[in-house]
Parts: sequence; C-alpha cells; structure tokens
Amino acid sequence: MIVAEQKPIHEILAMLPEVEQLLVLGCDTCVTVCLAGGEKEVKLLCGAIRLTNVKIGRVKGMSVERQCDREFLQEIAGEVEASGAVLSLACGAGVQMLAETFPDKIVLPGLNTLFMGSNEGSGYWLERCIGCGDCMLDLTGGICPKTRCSKGLMNGPCGGSQDGKCEVDPENLDCAWNLIYNKLKRVGLLDRLMENRPPRDWSKAHDGGPRSLHREDARL
Amino acid sequence: MITLKTESKLEALLERGEFVVTAELGPPKSVDAGILDAKIAALQGCVDAVNITDNQTAIVRISSIGTGVYARSHGLEPIIQMTCRDRNRLAIQADLLGAYLHGLRNLLCLTGDHQCFGNHPASKQVYDMDSIQLINMVRDMRDRGVFQNGEEIRAGKKAEMIPPRFYIGAAANPFAEPLEWRVNRLEKKINAGVDFIQTQCIYDMEIFSRWMRTVVERGLHQQVKILAGVTPIRSLGMAKYMKESVAGVVVPDSLLERIGAAENPKEEGLVFCAEQIRSFRAMEGLAGVHIMAIEWEKAVHGIVEAAGLLPRPREEV
Repeated sequence: MIVAEQKPIHEILAMLPEVEQLLVLGCDTCVTVCLAGGEKEVKLLCGAIRLTNVKIGRVKGMSVERQCDREFLQEIAGEVEASGAVLSLACGAGVQMLAETFPDKIVLPGLNTLFMGSNEGSGYWLERCIGCGDCMLDLTGGICPKTRCSKGLMNGPCGGSQDGKCEVDPENLDCAWNLIYNKLKRVGLLDRLMENRPPRDWSKAHDGGPRSLHREDARL
Repeated sequence: MITLKTESKLEALLERGEFVVTAELGPPKSVDAGILDAKIAALQGCVDAVNITDNQTAIVRISSIGTGVYARSHGLEPIIQMTCRDRNRLAIQADLLGAYLHGLRNLLCLTGDHQCFGNHPASKQVYDMDSIQLINMVRDMRDRGVFQNGEEIRAGKKAEMIPPRFYIGAAANPFAEPLEWRVNRLEKKINAGVDFIQTQCIYDMEIFSRWMRTVVERGLHQQVKILAGVTPIRSLGMAKYMKESVAGVVVPDSLLERIGAAENPKEEGLVFCAEQIRSFRAMEGLAGVHIMAIEWEKAVHGIVEAAGLLPRPREEV
C-alpha cells in the first residue's frame, strides 16, 4: 500500500485560505489502512481546525472510496462545489486527481506521501518498493536492494554492514544485502551473488521522465 | 619483460615486485594551497603514490581530480578516488577523460560514504552505479575502448580510438559483514577488472590474517595486487571511536589496553603501526601497504622509516 503521514498541524493551518466552507476529504483506501487519512483522521483534523483562529466559516468532513479514481470523485461533486477549498487527506495521486477533476477549486494536501510499503506491526511501516519499472526480486531472494539498501547497490553489501544492520541507521535499518545473503544461502542460491550485476537501465524508472502505461488489451 | 597495461608508475613498481607504500592525502575544505603544500611536502620521498580522497565522508572539499593535478605538478604520483555517490555515469566518464588529459593514471573505484554522514545530508544521492560496476566500466574503457553504453571512444567516425588507460584500484573490507562473504566480494571485484586493492584500515591482525590466508589459498593474490591498509592511532579516544562508531572497523580489546597503558599513546600508536607494516611485509600475498593517516600526513614519513621501508625505490625510466 501507499504509506503517508499527516503534515504538522501548523503547516496545514498556514496553507488554509479564508473561505466560507472548507471540505476535509479523506480517502478510504491505503491512507485509511496506514492511519493517516481515513474517516477517523478526517474527524480529528476537522476538530483541530475548528479550534483555531483560522478564518473559515464551516469545516466539513467526509471521505470517498478512492480519491485517485475520477468515478468516486464525481459522487461528491456537489459537496466540493459548495466548498471554497478542499483539504485532501489522500496520497499525492489523490490530491492531484481531485485538483484536476475540480479545476476551479483550491485543493490542498494534508498529508506527506512517503512510500509503497507494508505494515510491520503496531505503528510501524516499512518501505519495500520504489517502483523502478524493472523488477529484479528473482535475483535477490525477494528482497529489494534498490529500495532497502541505503545506497541502492546492485552488488552489495558495502563496507557499512555490521551486525546485520546498515550504518546509516543501525538502530532501525537492516542491511538489505545481509538479508539477501542470508535468504539466498537458506534457499541454496548463494552462487547467484557471485555474478556481477550490470548498471541498471534507469530510463524505466522516473529518471526516464514521468511514466504512463498504455495497454491496448485493456481498452474498451 | 612485463607488459604494463598503463603508464602508471604505481603499476610499474608493483609489477616489478616492489613492496609499495601508498598514503592518503585528504584535500582541504577551502582553497588554501598552503595546507595542500604542507601535506604534499610531508609525503614527498616517503611514499610511491598518494590517494586523493573524493569528498571524503561526504564532506565538500577540493575535488580529487583538481587536487590530483596539483599534487602531480609537485612530483607525486596521484591515485584519484572516485565515488558513485555524487556523479552519474555521464559525469564519471567525463571526469575520467579530463583526469587522464591532465596526466592522472591511477583510479580507485569506490561506492562512497552515504551523504547522511557528511555536511550536506539534504543532498540528493546518485548511486547510478556501484563500485563493482564502476570498475567494470573503467576496465572496458581501457581494454575495449568503449564507453559504458558500448560506443567507441573516438572523437569521430574516422578518428583514432584513444581511450583513457587507468590503473584500476578498489577497496576491500575484510572486517565488514557477512565476514564469510568478504573474499567472494574481492573475487567479484577481480572479475570486474580491478588491478589493485587497498584494504580498510586493519587493527585486528587475526581477522586480517585469516582473510589473507583464504585469499592466498584461492590464488586471488596472483590476480590482484593487495595493499594492506593502516591508520595510525593518535589517542585512546580515537581507538575507542574507531571501535564503537565506525562500521566496518574492528579494534581488538588488546589494542585498546595497549594504547591505554602506554605512557605516550600517540607514540605507541605509531609504534604499533610500524609493527603492523613489518608483519605485512612478511605475510604471503601482500604487495604493499596503504597508510591512511587521517589529517596527519606528517606522521607518514616516520612510520615508513620505522617500518624499514626508506628510501623508496626510484622509478626506472
């Protein structure tokens, strides 16, 4: 899922314009699961905004199934039109979709979108994929070095691996290449690590420019 | 008659079997030529080549190539360090062409310290390549005359192919984990095309000897010239810092005790360093020593002298 966290309240308040009605709009998918922008967070944020001196007539809260889907946004067109501005608690994709769907509205981000990752237990999320466009998990035992190695090395581990941890943050960060080493050893594929991996084709990642996907077979 | 791959003086010395001495020269954080002159003067005559660090520990300094050109004009044989942290493959190759144009012939290929350790932690990292890919790219430039994209290194279709011919070095860390993978990692660098290795600084002679024995058993010392790395300890505080805070460095307790018990810890650190070098000379498979006296270049002469390695051999023309 996409993991995000709420911006500090002072940043949110500073970006709010003077309007008759502010709509705080949550998203019921990823950001609900990671406790950043679901119905509950919408309610709390609405309350916090009402308690401040921000010059806003009314603060209204609601959420939609997915803000990154135009179809779901059309369902709340009336509420959006009735508001002077919308504070979106979706990921960056949702915020942008909202801004595009309602071109005359002021749309603001209430979250910082962080990464694609997983929940690792109570209050702990971990980045697992950078969406590089050229998956190599078959070579690395299902552990992504592009994402989980601090330097994104293709031929690790570097000299900063100690006690299974990465020197960048030895308290919290596992050395991805140590994990890869242990996994490949366990499944009897350690010889794969002896092959030198060539430089990557970064044109498949964001470095090649903003990406889009066109599929003939998926057209109606 | 040995055929040399490059015009490097370092290669010539290693190939004729000299036990070479290299040292590290850290460029200053300003354009203070006086500081550079003092460091250069301290190293003249006591080492065969000097490593010029590349934004060491991710702190901005005079560039490795700029300093290398300067050091060379003062009679030193520079080894340019190049990290993958700050440049993509375009910038690396362009800088290497420039370095070669200025007469630089030795290159040490490094991944580079993470930018979070330096003075610009907000900077964007590059790591378009890693050290192994860098080694391979520079080898291909030299031996196949091609850029990383496979294009021939020539100015035009009818122009002569004139590639840069670097003597290629890399680091090896016998102390980082997983320990049992470390000799394999050296072999990967050999497969990528490395000519010489400078190791991480060694304090634990036991772990190092074990690593070296495996290297020799596998015959890897015949495929690459290995220089053992040392960093003289200046104080008990420094020894403790190296032990506790620098990943990939192992300082045994016996050494801490020795430095702690010494009347003059600084002197004791130098004595230990010279002792290490003497044991390296006797160790099978080693081709030299690399002295990383961090911001203490003037200690190098004394260490080399105490290790019985002066005078340095003259390079034959």
